Amino acid sequence: MGTTVAVWVAAVLMSIGSLFMLLAAVGVLRLPDLFTRMQASTKSSTLGAACILLAVAVHFGKLGITTQAVLVVAFFFLTTPVAAHMIARAAYVSGVPLWEKTVINDLQGRYDAQTHTLTSPPSPSQDASEEPGPSS
Amino acid sequence: MNFPVAEPLAVAIIGSLIMVSVAMLLTFIRLVRGPSLADRVVALDLMTVQAVGFIAIYDIATHEPVYLRVAIVLALIAFLGTIAFAYYLERRGSQWGPQ
Repeated sequence: MGTTVAVWVAAVLMSIGSLFMLLAAVGVLRLPDLFTRMQASTKSSTLGAACILLAVAVHFGKLGITTQAVLVVAFFFLTTPVAAHMIARAAYVSGVPLWEKTVINDLQGRYDAQTHTLTSPPSPSQDASEEPGPSS
Repeated sequence: MNFPVAEPLAVAIIGSLIMVSVAMLLTFIRLVRGPSLADRVVALDLMTVQAVGFIAIYDIATHEPVYLRVAIVLALIAFLGTIAFAYYLERRGSQWGPQ
């Protein structure tokens, strides 16, 4: 009975993980922009790999293999956001174009590519003195 | 196909191997086409994560957990490579200015 439940749990986890990986690949292929592509790739590929490695842990059910699988999952959860942040920052600095229908770009004109510094946005008091609020 | 596992798991293994293979193929198309260098770095990073998933599925399929260590090393190398590519991209961008 216990082995049967483990088999079904491993099969379902592995299928879900593979589906997330396929969705990540479709997003990377089809989305219009580098930054939207990264949005698709980083999150769903991390979740897909985590699901497949948890399926490995459930299937074998030994302490050593479970430790290794959880180690890889924790490593992905730690490193994928860091790597994605560094690539996005480098791409923005090197001038990768945004999608033409992009609604908001908070870094517009505030990032100095020469000195790698970020100027802070104008303070709210200056905003209030320059333009009227939405209530008036 | 004869896998040393139970019947529902064998079906899931075949389906998962096909899905991850198709995903690697689609990501490879983006790796070839990618308009900018950063697109290619993202695609390569995604391909290594998919390779880790493929190795994990292969572990279950053959009931042989040794290859999981390969997955650990591959994840480490992929992170280092991505960080190196990002550093190179940023230096290059600051040297040549925004395109």
